[in-house]
Order: sequence, then C-alpha cells, then structure tokens
Amino acid sequence: MVYKKIAAALRQARRAAAVTISLTVLSMPAMADGQVLRIAMTASDIPLTTGQPDSGFEGYRFLGYTVYDALINWDLSSADEVSGLTPGLAESWEVDEEDTRVWTFTLRQGVSFHDGSEWNADAAIWNLDKVYDEESPQFDARQAGNVRGRIPAMDQYEKVDDYTIRFTTREPDAWFPYQLTFLLFSSPAQWEALGGDWDAFAREPSGTGPFRLTRLVPRERAVLEPNADYWDAERVPRIERIELIPMPESSTRTSALLSDQVDWIETPAPDAIPRMESRGMSITSNPYPHTWPYQFSMLEGSPWRDINVRKAANLAVDREGLEALLGGLMVPAAGIVTPDHPWYGEPEFETRYDPEEAMRLLAESGYGPDNPVEVKVLISTSGSGQMQPLAMNEYIQQNLAEVGIALDFEVLDWESLFPNWRRGAEDPSSRGAHATNITFGWLDPFAAFYRFMHSSMAPPNGFNWGYMDDPEYDRLLDEARVTFDQEAQDAILAEFHARMVDDAAWLWVAHDVGPRAMQPRVKGFVQAKNWFQDLTPVYIEE
Amino acid sequence: MSTYFLKRILYVVPITLAVSFFCFSLVHLSPGDPMDAVVSADAPREVVAMVERAYGFDRPLPEQFALWVSRALQGDLGLSAANGRAVTAEVFAALKNTLLLALAASLIGFTLGCTFGLLAGYWQGSLLDRLVTGFAVGGVSVPHYWLGMLLVIVFSVELNWLPSSGAGPGSSNDWAFEWAYLRHLILPAVTLSVIPMGVVTRTVRAMVAEILAHEFVEALRAKGLAEKRVFLHVVKNVAPTALAVMGLQLGYLLGGSILVETVFSWPGTGLLLNNAIFQRDLPILQGTILVLALFFVLLNLIVDLAQARLDPRIQRS
Repeated sequence: MVYKKIAAALRQARRAAAVTISLTVLSMPAMADGQVLRIAMTASDIPLTTGQPDSGFEGYRFLGYTVYDALINWDLSSADEVSGLTPGLAESWEVDEEDTRVWTFTLRQGVSFHDGSEWNADAAIWNLDKVYDEESPQFDARQAGNVRGRIPAMDQYEKVDDYTIRFTTREPDAWFPYQLTFLLFSSPAQWEALGGDWDAFAREPSGTGPFRLTRLVPRERAVLEPNADYWDAERVPRIERIELIPMPESSTRTSALLSDQVDWIETPAPDAIPRMESRGMSITSNPYPHTWPYQFSMLEGSPWRDINVRKAANLAVDREGLEALLGGLMVPAAGIVTPDHPWYGEPEFETRYDPEEAMRLLAESGYGPDNPVEVKVLISTSGSGQMQPLAMNEYIQQNLAEVGIALDFEVLDWESLFPNWRRGAEDPSSRGAHATNITFGWLDPFAAFYRFMHSSMAPPNGFNWGYMDDPEYDRLLDEARVTFDQEAQDAILAEFHARMVDDAAWLWVAHDVGPRAMQPRVKGFVQAKNWFQDLTPVYIEE
Repeated sequence: MSTYFLKRILYVVPITLAVSFFCFSLVHLSPGDPMDAVVSADAPREVVAMVERAYGFDRPLPEQFALWVSRALQGDLGLSAANGRAVTAEVFAALKNTLLLALAASLIGFTLGCTFGLLAGYWQGSLLDRLVTGFAVGGVSVPHYWLGMLLVIVFSVELNWLPSSGAGPGSSNDWAFEWAYLRHLILPAVTLSVIPMGVVTRTVRAMVAEILAHEFVEALRAKGLAEKRVFLHVVKNVAPTALAVMGLQLGYLLGGSILVETVFSWPGTGLLLNNAIFQRDLPILQGTILVLALFFVLLNLIVDLAQARLDPRIQRS
C-alpha cells in the first residue's frame, strides 16, 4: 500500500522534473531590460549614503559624487589630460591677499537639492556643523569620522551672505581646495522632514548630485536614477537606472559578468581578463594617480638608511618583467608621480633595471652574495589598490635576491596592514619590519608627498611611517604649501620630487591602470585619470 | 517525560551565558582594533577618541560585557560599528536567508542521503553499495567552496541555465516562492547539500547494515512478516540515530555556510560574518555568533525531544 503511494509520487516527481528541466532550458537568463546598468562593486556593503561615504574611494565613486556634489568637484571629462579641479557647488573661490589663511567662496545660485529645497550658505554651514560641531543636533559621528581626516587644514567657517561663505585655515595652505573635494553636502530640509534621523536619511537621501538614490536594500542593492534638474545640464545622466551590487569576491564578479547578471565589474581578476576578452567583453584601463611602492623605514638599524642599498634595490627590480607577469596591467614607476606629470621634475638618477650596477653599489657598502642585506617588509594578501600583492612581492623578492638583498615578508591581511600605516615602523604591530607595501592615491600634493615625507607627519600625526626627516624636504614642501600661484607651486614640487628620486627615497615599482570590464553594449564611458569616474555619459546600446 | 523536557529547557540558560561569554571574549581578544570598522585610518586622534566615547569602547571590558548582556536580554544586540544599523535587525534578516538555504540544502541532502543509505545498506557489498559509498565519501571530501565555483562555471557561465549569484532579481526582501527566486537557490543549495548528503548516507548505511544483522529481523522474517513490514521496522530503528545526525548537520549548515554564501553572494549569516570579520565589526560578530549558537542549542533540544518520542528506551533512562 505504501509502496503504491511511493510509486505514484515518483511518477509525479518524474513528470514535474521533466517540465522543470525543459522550462530551465527554454527560459532566458535574467537580462538587463533596456537602459539599466548593473554594476558589481568590490565593497562588501553599500557605502554609507548620507553624504560622507565610507568604503574609501569606491564609496565616493558610487555613492559620493553620484548623489552629491562638493564645493569643488573633480574634472572627470578627459581620458588624456591630468584630472584637475572644476567648480562644483561653488562658482569661484579666492584666497585673501593679506591673510592667506582666509578663503572666500561664492556659491552657485539656482541649485536645488533632490527634495526641492534650495542650496545656499545656510545649507553649507549646516553641513559643516554636521561634521565639525559636536553640539549641533545634526552632528553625525560616523560622517565626521569619515571625512575630517581628509581636511586637515580646516579651522573656522562662517556665512558672509546668502551665497558667500568664508573659511579660515590653521596655517596658510595652498592645497586647501583639494581637501574640499571630499566635503559633500546633504539636504538639511530632507533631514528635518525625516525627523532628524540619519538612518532614515540613509534610506531616502537628498543631495544635489546628478543621480538620486531611489532604493536601498542594505548589503544587497542600491538603485540610482537620474536627477533631471541637475544644475550642470551637460551632465544629466543618459542611463535610466543604475543598480549597485556589492560583490567582494573576485571570482563571483567574473562569473556574474560572464553570465550576464551584471553589466560592469570593478577590478576584475587579471588572470580572468583574457577569458573575458575572448567572450567579447570590453576592458577599459587608464593610468591614474596611484602608486605601488615600498615605503622605507629610516629608523636606526634599518638597512635602508644607506643610499647605496636604496639605489641598488631600485636598480634590481625588473619592472618590465613584472608588467608581463601582470598581463600588461601596470605602468613601471620611477617616482611617486608619473613622468608625464608637472610634479615629476628632472631627476639625475635613472630608475631602471640594472642588476650589475646594483651589485656594484652594494659591494661599495660591503654587501654581496656572501653578505646579503637582510630586510623585512610588511605586505598584505589583498586590498583596495594593492593589485596582486603576493605575486608581485614574490617577484620582487627574487629580483632582490639576485643582487644580494635577502627580503623577508611579514604577511598581514589588508584590514591589519592599513591601520598599521598610521602607527609607524616603531609600533609593535610593525613586527620589526623595515618597509611597508601600501598603495595610495596622489590626487593632491598633500596626499602625494606631504603626509609621507614631511618630518611633522611622523606617527601618530600622519603617514610618515618610516620617520623620514630631511630638512631640505621639509623646506621645499613648506614652501610649496604657501605658494598660491599654480605654476610656481608646480615648479617647487617638481624640484622636491626630483630630489626624492635622486635620493631613491623609496622603492618605486608600479602604477596601476584601473582595469574595468563591461558588456560590449555599455557605451559612452570615458575613463579619466582619476580614482573617481563620471557615470553620467554612460548608456546602453540597444 | 515532562521533567526531562523541563530539565533540558533549563539547561539552555547556563549554556547561553557561557556561549555569550566566549563570544565576547574571543572577539575582543582577537587582534584588530574595533575602531578600524568605524573610522578611516586617516582620522586624527580627537576624532577617534570622540567616536570611541560615542560607542562605549573606552569603558573597561567587564562593563562592556555586562552592558551587552543586559541589552541582549531585552532583544537589543547593539548597533553595527560599520554602518550604524541595529544588529538584531541585520542578524535576523540574514538568518531568514540562511535558513532558507539551509532548509533547501538539507531537503536535498537528507532525502538523497537517506535514499542512498537505505539502498546501500540493503544491498551491502554489491556494486551499488560501492558506488553509493564512493559518492558519499566524495561529497564529504570535496571542498564545497571549490565545488560551488565549478558549478557556477558550468551552469552559469558556460550553459547559462542558472544565475551565478544573489538571492533574486530584486532583493531578498522581495523573496517569493516562484521560479524567478527559486532558480537563485538551486546552485547554492546543491553545493551546500553534498556534505550532509555524504554524512547521512554513511550513517544510514551503517545503521541499516547493523539492524539487518540483528536477530529480531530474522525472527520477523521467520514469522512470515512481509518484507515491506520488516522494512518499516528497520526504518523505525534507524530513525533516532539518523535524526540526531540530521539535526546536527542542519546546525552545521547554519554555521558552515560562510564560504558558499560568499561565493554566491547569498545574503545570509555566513556572508554577514565574513564581512564583519574583515571589517572588525565587533557588535555584528558578537550578535551573530550568539544568535547562531542559540539556534544550535535550540535545534539540539528539539532533536533530543524528538528522539525521546521515537525511541521509548531514551524516555525510560
């Protein structure tokens, strides 16, 4: 009796299975409908949507400059020119001639937030209080924590009239405009309307940017739609809808693109790129302000204090070979910035592959194959901008061993390596390493040079991990910082950079090229030489 | 029966306290600074100190633990350090998704496991037995992270039959019992089911072989009982052990889905834990581990009680 029932059930199951399998074969995969761009990000969660995003530069790229604007924006329109500053919510700005700590900004008129309220000086001050005034009701510790470290020069701010505000910096600082690109403006009216709750604001944010956030499912999806009333008519988005999907696992991103579940992936795995190309995917890349170096320790006992050792290391690395290892996805480095940049200068020391010269220099200092230099470096297994750290470091280790530098690794995960940067080489978490391998962006002179090379930036103040202390560096950087004429400032920075390369201050290895992979129907994207990108010209070809 | 029931319920209290203590200590003793989840490395000292005060990380550890326990008892597991959302809401939303996946995987795994185990046990020593055993061992040995990626390459990328990631076309909040969402469940559930399938097959096969060798089976056959009725007797004798194993496997599925969820971007507790570990998001870690551990305890309780019902010998002891 039981058996009869089982047999009947099995027959039904067989029929159901047949139907299901045929449906599966016949059904089309989930394809994009029309003008929808689905982007897979490397972040593990949707970056904070309230105004000051987290998740580093990827946060700014997708939930910062899309939904919001800064007083000064980045010019992301060109793939060939160096990406510079362009007026955003401020039409113009100038530094006071007498007291160069005072900056006056003229705000753009006729701009409204997504909720319809007006952009003016009151809204600007309200946002500054949100980040700087702990007593204000709108103060948000999280947003403050995300952005204050990026604007070290800020001292005071005040409203002058409805469309004019004034800042006073701690010291004269010509790089203040660069710092302001990180300060984004959220709508005070929307915050009030939502009961003064930043969590509610995160789900229904309102900014002035070219996109509006229309849906947020934490950890899974964020949906952006165009802001038809955007103040820059040339940058009203062409796409109907963008869906942002967190996908931290690299192989998952690759499969998602190849199975047409997403249209655009950030940072594809380099070894998956040939396969993606053979399937017709478009791969875009462009060098941008990124550097992959070893930052040396200058403390007592560090072998890198000897200039011969530093130069030898720079001459020992076969950067062309490394480029081949990475499938062409890098540019050899010979300094912090690229040789085509106005800050590069004219160094005399040529950073190149010359192992014989390296060995000669080491021999001068008493080192050789029977007496190798013993050094240890902190590396990570992965991380934003770190490229392929394990493969690259092992390659460098081999190169250095060939000339007589014995390199040992202390391997940390990215979430441990990054905080260690500010703690410095003397900190126990550095485990006695003589160098650290952390990549960074050099969008402005402070980020490029000052925070590493100025003696005042030694831990815990900045990222001078190796306690670099050179009076000439300090002098040049201090001078550049108060030179308000751009050309004159560029010349001083070029002099500084050339000096730094002549000193072989760090081991220069590579610049990333920021590869992205997308479906062939995604068009209009211009990859700027910047960590941030403009999504407004992108569209889907039918 | 009721005293047994009551005693088992009461045991939950000290177990929960011990579990929460271990969760808290492990998470705080491990390397990494909780502040790394909240503020970026650029943040100056005063900003870090301010945020520490706001989150209560500057208080001594015993005080933090006491506060956490007292709040947890009221259902408040604190706020996530990385994004400020309530931990309770995050954990239970993720748990719902993991339960869905675990139940689907156990359905596949247990059904196949019992079937194969019974077949192998009945036809012990035959080719069928050897095939089934080989299959089961393979299921237990294969790293399911690798298997998941392989299934994605075959069924998503090459054949384009099934999606490679996610819980559905919209989001897990919109989940409904329809094909658009079920197709996202297939590959992760199959990947996750191979280990329980292997374990259950082996257990059931061993139990069936053992029971069939007992004298009472021979006695029943000698009495003239139909083979189908003998089969039912065998099943009843195998059931308690099989149930215990299946209960444990369901518990492991809840906690062990971390790698499969990461490969498939399935928004469950595994992915939540994975991200929290990398972000050093201590409140999420504490809350999720506690909830999963409590679930495991509850599951064990249910299995014990079910076993007691099925097997009168346990009740009497």
